[in-house]
Amino acid sequence: MSLASLDQLWVYLSGNPLVSLLATLIAFYLATHVNRLLGRSPFAHPVLVAIALLIAFLLFTGIDYATYFEGAQFIHFLLGPATVALAIPLFDHRERVRRLLLPLLIACLSGIITAVSSTLGLALLLGAQKPVLLSLAPRSVTSPIAMGIAEQIGGIPSLAAALVLLTGSVGCALGPWILRLLRIEDPSVKGFTMGLAAHGFGTAHCFASMGAMAGAFAGLAMGLTGMLTAFILPLIVQLFGL
Amino acid sequence: MPLIMGMSVLLGCQFIGELLVRALSVPVPGPVMGMVVLLIGLMIRGRVPDALRLAGEGLLRYLTLLFVPAGVGIMVHFGLIGADIWVLLVTLVVSTALTIAVTAKVLDSLARRRSGGEEA
Repeated sequence: MSLASLDQLWVYLSGNPLVSLLATLIAFYLATHVNRLLGRSPFAHPVLVAIALLIAFLLFTGIDYATYFEGAQFIHFLLGPATVALAIPLFDHRERVRRLLLPLLIACLSGIITAVSSTLGLALLLGAQKPVLLSLAPRSVTSPIAMGIAEQIGGIPSLAAALVLLTGSVGCALGPWILRLLRIEDPSVKGFTMGLAAHGFGTAHCFASMGAMAGAFAGLAMGLTGMLTAFILPLIVQLFGL
Repeated sequence: MPLIMGMSVLLGCQFIGELLVRALSVPVPGPVMGMVVLLIGLMIRGRVPDALRLAGEGLLRYLTLLFVPAGVGIMVHFGLIGADIWVLLVTLVVSTALTIAVTAKVLDSLARRRSGGEEA
């Protein structure tokens, strides 16, 4: 086969969903192994390693993000039914949720207010540009909700989504360590905290390393935080005079 | 067939969720509303059908993988992020740590008071 026809084959394949799908799965598989080799360090979280590997792959092959996403959207789409499926672990632990309903609501409100005001306060103090600031505000909310909120208050939706992911990885890296420092042992408290501060990343992290009870509460926190933030955040942004 | 049944229930709930969000024009994503719909359905039914559990728990086991495609999108914003990288890093780390500490402390003390009252 000549070099020219190889080139044509690549042009054909790189625009095909097959390449992005295969690359995503292989990157994730490699990332899980890298994570295990590094002793499951949260700084080498499989999602972060997989994202880094894929960005390197795309930059190296010259495939742009839009082309990649055309294929990878089939994986991305499953986030929808997976979010719906969070109702199952919630239902399994319904008794505990019912018993803790009021504490959960109070904790959720204090968490959201802490997250939004410390984010806006620090970023203002350090002098972030306004579009970055407004995209940063909804950072602890799951990405589809965060994108909607960012748009509503004048941020950049896709930048907001990127910052949400960064928050998720920071939360997964810091969370277990802070929880140990505060001597928190109750899996429902751990899960709820991780879901509130680190949305889907925190939830996935809980399912993977803290058990189904923590996962269920993380999912609950993620949903609750998303809904409440959508209502509270525009008010806090006004309070900061933005 | 159970996997197909389970997947249909999940997608069906998501569909109803999307319809409700649009009909009521609430600022919540369709899948989150779909989760509420499924939860109400399970409460009425009283148990989780095996087919649904198979599909749902299968998806939740690989939840981390599902975030990867959106995460790669960060490469589009390297410019904006690069210009404010230190501001972003400090804000993200400090504010996330604060959020985790406050939430965990509040919930832990409230939950302990409540369960302590019941068990004592």
